[in-house]
Amino acid sequence: MTLHELYLLSPEISMALLAGVIIILDLIFKNKKLLPIVGFIGLLVPLFFSISLTNADPNNTGFYSALIVDKFSLFFKYLIIFAVAIVLLISIEFGKKFGKIQGEYYSLVLLSASGMLLLVSATELITIYIALELTALPTAALAAFGRNGRSSESGLKFLLLSAISSAILLYGMVLTYGFTGTTYLPEIVVRIQEMIGTSENILDSGALLFGIILITAGFGFKISAVPFQMWAPDVYEGAPTPITGFLSVASKAAGFAIILRIFYSAFDITAITVDWSSLVAILSAISMSVGNLVAIRQQNIKRMLAYSTIAQAGYIMVGLAALSTLPGGQDHAGPAGILFYLAGYAMTNLAAFAVITAVANNNGGDESISSFGGLLKRSPTLTAIMTLSMISLIGIPPTVGFMAKIYIFGSAMDTGLEWLAIIGVINSVISAYYYLRVVKVMFSESDSALNTKLTPEFGTYTAAIVGFIGTFIFGIYPTPIIDLAQTAIKSIML
Amino acid sequence: MSVAEFNGILTLAIFLPIAGSIAIAIFFSGNSVKWAAAVITGIELVITAYIFNTYRSSDGGLTLVDHITNWIPAELGLHIEYYLAVDGISAPLVLLTGLLGLVSVFASWKITHRTKEHFMWLLALQGAVIGVFTSLDFFLFFLFWELELIPMYFLISIWGSGRKEYSAMKFLIFTILGSAFMLIGILALYFSPGINTFNMIEIAQLIPQSELIIPASWLFLLTIIGFAVKLPVVPFHTWLPDAHTDAPTAASVMLAGVLLKMGGYGLLRVSSSMFPDQMLEFGWLLATLGVINIIYGAAITVRQSDLKRLIAYSSVSHMGFVLLGLASIAGTSSALGVTGAALQMFTHGTITGLLFLTIGFIYDRTHTRQIPELGGLVSRMPILTVSLVIAGLASLGLPGTSGFVAEITIFLGTFPAWQIHTVIGALGVVLTAGYILWMIQRSVFGPVNKKYSDITDASFVETIPIAILIIAIIGVGVYPSLISDMLVEGITPILNAVR
Repeated sequence: MTLHELYLLSPEISMALLAGVIIILDLIFKNKKLLPIVGFIGLLVPLFFSISLTNADPNNTGFYSALIVDKFSLFFKYLIIFAVAIVLLISIEFGKKFGKIQGEYYSLVLLSASGMLLLVSATELITIYIALELTALPTAALAAFGRNGRSSESGLKFLLLSAISSAILLYGMVLTYGFTGTTYLPEIVVRIQEMIGTSENILDSGALLFGIILITAGFGFKISAVPFQMWAPDVYEGAPTPITGFLSVASKAAGFAIILRIFYSAFDITAITVDWSSLVAILSAISMSVGNLVAIRQQNIKRMLAYSTIAQAGYIMVGLAALSTLPGGQDHAGPAGILFYLAGYAMTNLAAFAVITAVANNNGGDESISSFGGLLKRSPTLTAIMTLSMISLIGIPPTVGFMAKIYIFGSAMDTGLEWLAIIGVINSVISAYYYLRVVKVMFSESDSALNTKLTPEFGTYTAAIVGFIGTFIFGIYPTPIIDLAQTAIKSIML
Repeated sequence: MSVAEFNGILTLAIFLPIAGSIAIAIFFSGNSVKWAAAVITGIELVITAYIFNTYRSSDGGLTLVDHITNWIPAELGLHIEYYLAVDGISAPLVLLTGLLGLVSVFASWKITHRTKEHFMWLLALQGAVIGVFTSLDFFLFFLFWELELIPMYFLISIWGSGRKEYSAMKFLIFTILGSAFMLIGILALYFSPGINTFNMIEIAQLIPQSELIIPASWLFLLTIIGFAVKLPVVPFHTWLPDAHTDAPTAASVMLAGVLLKMGGYGLLRVSSSMFPDQMLEFGWLLATLGVINIIYGAAITVRQSDLKRLIAYSSVSHMGFVLLGLASIAGTSSALGVTGAALQMFTHGTITGLLFLTIGFIYDRTHTRQIPELGGLVSRMPILTVSLVIAGLASLGLPGTSGFVAEITIFLGTFPAWQIHTVIGALGVVLTAGYILWMIQRSVFGPVNKKYSDITDASFVETIPIAILIIAIIGVGVYPSLISDMLVEGITPILNAVR
């Protein structure tokens, strides 16, 4: 291990150290309120290292090529650090409920985040697996943090299903290793290419494809795509609200990042990507439709957003499905569109979860959609933020969600997946119905007793406003993010 | 950013109401809100009149261009431009939006329920609609097209009456479904090899020489669904009576006055300009649908007893004339039919705006819109009666009003191409005369209803919008070339492309 390798790993290391620092401070400080603030300021360290790595020399692989720090991984590192920062801000208000065990809460968030940072940089199957587990295990504990029936169920469900999906993923990896003899992503593609055309063409046996399907299934769990979505509604509903936001944004982004990397590097072979792409296209269509149709009937806002997140995963998968058939060399909307969508979704969704935290906290933990009744009177600002978030999730301008959808559906049209684009836009129409229901409730006059002004705490407010500004600004002028996304995606396209 | 040309007037016209809406949210409260809204829409009217006049005194073509060529540059996957301009088709519609914006503010003068929000949404709506009429980038066009949805949704669902939430949602879902198909069409155009631009002017030139990824006739139908919902074309019209009936007066004025015109404008700007061959191919469809709209709309209108619902269905009928006029592209080389269609859009905006306005004022006083419950209002409210009669007569196409000019032009222009259709369509005029006269006779004339012995006539503030619209109706009626000249100018390039 050289110093340079340590430097490459510095964002992850500093994030994990920060988690340790929080635990230690938890023992010293009486005032637990300082913990999230220390955590928030401490995030500057991994952020600083990520920024300094951006300008690092081209020698960006380390640990025997198990790790790579390219523009692609850095894009996701920024995104994850941003999401963690927002989640910490929201947690200041929510975390008070946890009393003495706040320290553990914050450190677990940061530990999970360090796993995500590692995941987006990993280029070797075992490293990927370890990073994935590091991401998932703290999240399971966090989901159970509410320490009530619902929350415990949520944590246990997440743990069990996460373990099962990991097993499936591991089996897929083993098959891949068995047939190619290597766990390094860039080498896998070389091996497969060598074997194509010889008598031992592994593509004929179907076993490798089986492995790929298993890997897809394993990651399908991470991104909560149908048919691996069963955990999402219960976990989302039961978990503490900031954690739900964390799961739906950061965890999903990391999942998509690793899918993109694996299928761009290890399996970047036409024979594979064509099959894989049609598989993803079908899953995408089902995810969108199931997510949106079931969301219509939900009464709990977090459960509704859980189904919405399944649908959103479906939209992003439209972009994934459009990858394989891309003719190389040109500037295409598709791949960068996925990254852009994830970034936009992060801002929009985190703003929504910040508002939910504030409202539910004021209503004594009531998370039903009807508890948003008359919110306009109680807090016009929060209403405006939530309205823009919902509009962005539908894909109506002037929001980043609109721009991102244009990119995603555009990439489908670009690559001959017209049918998928049509299913996508029809799904957007369906989704308008239930997202607008929230808006309708907020703007209606409430006959409930809660007519007091609602002033969220500083952290929640800041988080919501940051998300709101991002959703709006990048909905009008998305060029900077798309530019970043384009550079990022080019760094993994060969 | 590279700026090709920037006059700033159109940008100002779009963003003044939107900025005004935000300013109202932050700086105004109480009674000053409506004055602020009146001042903003007043300035907006001056700006739109200036735009209209600048185009009139220019030598045609695209005027007052605001063009930033790389809002999103091509290297980033989608090449999106900020491209605004007016031509002969859009200039009158921009003026119409300016007119009705001010009218709708006066129409909602008596709103006491959540006043601030009401004017905010009204102003935002106006900005978005002007954006639709002035965008020459297909993406920007679509953006404004969608942007208009949310304000209208709120206007209906909060300040409406009856089943307001149902109607608002129905309006939104219908429109968004139509625009979903339009989006597919737009994206398919963009990604067709050889096009790769959203610039509407360039697309129109590039289509013939490009290899479209979806056949052109499919693209034509995909994009037309969005416009058909908006116009509305039977059978996509069912949202309209609900939305109109339940909307507050100001929203009805905007909805009938300018939002429906977005559909007609799209048919001209997109369907006719970009797909001239398909226009020829599907001319029979447009003509037939137009006639169905006219007759079906009018036949249903006769049966209505709710004043607003009556005018709503009459809009369906009148929009049929627009379709019929457009259909004349196929089959005749004269610009008369299309000019009539465009003229009908403008005149219907002012006439129906006035009808909804008057009915709104009457409703404010009588608290009913049911024709059988009214009657004899003329003795109590002469100004409103005069206004209703003028609007009604213009609506049935009395010579001297703009309605006559538009309809006669459509019939003259369409007859050479679609003789049977035109003859059947002309029957619609008879039906229109029937329901309008019957409506006027039963609601404002006849025996005096005792219930209404102490109601008052229109106040001074309410007379302002009525006067503005009457001037517009009579003005265009006696001096149609004020608008028709520039319409011809805008339409000629489209027709040249067809030939």
